[in-house]
Amino acid sequence: MNHATQATAFVANDERAHWHDSALWFVRSKRDKCAHALPEWEDLRAAASEVKMHTISRLAKYLEQFEVNAKKLGVHVHWAKDGAEHNKIVHGILQKHDVKKVVKSKSMLTEECHLNPCLEKHGYEVVDTDLGERIVQLREEPPSHIVLPAIHLKKQDVSTLFEKHLGTEAGNNDPQYLTEAARGHLRDKFLGADAGITGVNFAIAETGGFVVCTNEGNADLGVSLPKLHIACMGIEKLIPRASDLSLFLRLLARSATGQPITTYSSHFHGPIAGGELHIVLVDNGRTEILGREEFRRSLNCIRCGACMNTCPVYRRSGGHSYETTVPGPIGSILAPARDANEFYSLPYACSLCGSCTDVCPVKIDLHNQLLTMRGKIAEKKILPWSKRIQMRLTSSVMKRTWLFRWAGGIARWIMPKLPRFLVYNRFNPWGKQREMPPFPKKSFRQLYADRKRNRQEDKPK
Amino acid sequence: MSSRNDILQAIRDQAIPERPLPSVDIDAIIFDDPITQFQTVLESVGGQLIQVESHAEVTSHLTGFPPYRNAQQVCCAVAGLDNLPDGPNFVQLDAIDDPHDLKAIDYAILPGHFAVAENAAIWVTDEAVAHRAIYFLTQHLAIIVPAGEIVNNMHEAYRKLATKGGLDQHFGAFISGPSKTADIEQSLVIGAHGARSLSVFFVQSQAM
Ligand code: SF4
Repeated sequence: MNHATQATAFVANDERAHWHDSALWFVRSKRDKCAHALPEWEDLRAAASEVKMHTISRLAKYLEQFEVNAKKLGVHVHWAKDGAEHNKIVHGILQKHDVKKVVKSKSMLTEECHLNPCLEKHGYEVVDTDLGERIVQLREEPPSHIVLPAIHLKKQDVSTLFEKHLGTEAGNNDPQYLTEAARGHLRDKFLGADAGITGVNFAIAETGGFVVCTNEGNADLGVSLPKLHIACMGIEKLIPRASDLSLFLRLLARSATGQPITTYSSHFHGPIAGGELHIVLVDNGRTEILGREEFRRSLNCIRCGACMNTCPVYRRSGGHSYETTVPGPIGSILAPARDANEFYSLPYACSLCGSCTDVCPVKIDLHNQLLTMRGKIAEKKILPWSKRIQMRLTSSVMKRTWLFRWAGGIARWIMPKLPRFLVYNRFNPWGKQREMPPFPKKSFRQLYADRKRNRQEDKPK
Repeated sequence: MSSRNDILQAIRDQAIPERPLPSVDIDAIIFDDPITQFQTVLESVGGQLIQVESHAEVTSHLTGFPPYRNAQQVCCAVAGLDNLPDGPNFVQLDAIDDPHDLKAIDYAILPGHFAVAENAAIWVTDEAVAHRAIYFLTQHLAIIVPAGEIVNNMHEAYRKLATKGGLDQHFGAFISGPSKTADIEQSLVIGAHGARSLSVFFVQSQAM
């Protein structure tokens, strides 16, 4: 796959692409307001980052401690090396309990493991209950953002979708009305479910409990009515102490949506009365990333989505163009770290502006890692030949001052004289859907020399 | 068991140098007037705060709320708050076995342990509430918190939970405002799956 090709369809709808861009920038601005309201914001980020790095550096110990404490609370703990094993475990638990209908709250991990199609194949009804996730589920497409799954859609799209699936009035695009319809529809699903599956935002080693954060209350409804709760988590979700939550719950919602905290931050320390609680700990490539020092820090990620909201490329290309469960800057590290051949183009879908690094609540050096990843991909020689030749050419020009000067002079002279078709054609992707900036008359060197001369002339004699 | 051992072994094989575990006690924000801060944030997330002297006053406020007045079924799990105004049918939480039977509850009056000023969160547990589902299933929610039970920030909140054994309960949650979503074109809609409204009462005296 190739990010640029995938993004073509998205940018073709100019109006929508602009809407997407500004909607996400609005979320980013809300985040700024929240962050600036706390004088200790940077201290929080620093401490949270250190807690995560410490945990990752002693992950085996904390996983064992978590397991011991969870078992003391009567929780069943399972381990899965990859997505397939995870799905098998979940399927096994559902089978044992003779479950038919499952409600799920948002979990990027189950998305990553493709749990839904697996369970559906076995005949289960699996309903995603987060409104945004339900919308994309009904549309049979993946979420385009990890916190705002349906951010690529307009209310008209939702209205048409609900008209078809939930029987809402044609042409009624009122978000209030549409949400109300979904509320009614999903209440029935909650009341009819035999089991609830949730993700995990934070798992606490010292207590054996875990925390799930939502605004809608869907996770809580999903695991408070049925007797069976299955929580699925990546092994990097661990934190050592309950008190660490004070850092993470302060950072998460502020970074994600600019809220002081999510509406519900639920702490589970054991099964519901008369019920069962299962936790599935999933590796699926995480230990490999752990072993790569330059990318290890990416395991700090608390999936807040801030790096997506701020990313100029993500905002203008949409989440689907990444074709990964986690899109945007962090996804462009995690995906090629796992499979460089498939996802080689993602680290290049980046202007290296560093905005992601500035907003990341756990201080992942995202843009540095993206640059490092480019190097790794270049070493592996998996870039298409066009890009390789282009880079080799650029580097040989850049290495020779005389050549660079000469080429610049030629370009400044000839480019403005060229007919449009020679500049705007399929060999110049930079000229697609945009006007190239006008070529300057003088080079930077000339401008600098002129300026210096003028200054000297201006000086009082 | 083998996946478990394989994963743990794979992690140990990396032999990563240990990084220090920092303290979480950073210098966190403190408010001159935590109650006003709580109220401002609560209103910004769609809830309302009512400060009263006694449980009797809670009762008179409830009578004035249209969602309460129009409720068909009400339940209350706050000790000492028992002479609620007549009108709706009262459902005894303890008398019910299956939380599915609570699906028609329109208004629930439930206990909260303490409030957090910085984010308008209230800590609730299922300690005195027979079915935790009711916090989420009810159409409208009132949470009763003893006045004075308020901390500035989440650091103080977790210190309080540690000393009071707050995490010993199987279930506990911070609730801040009514349920909400902005999943349709980023328009905020209150009342996604959980409560459509949240009224928080700070009550001075537990006596009637
Ligand atoms: S990388 Fe940082 S900013 Fe991006 S989702 Fe993860 S925690 Fe949030």
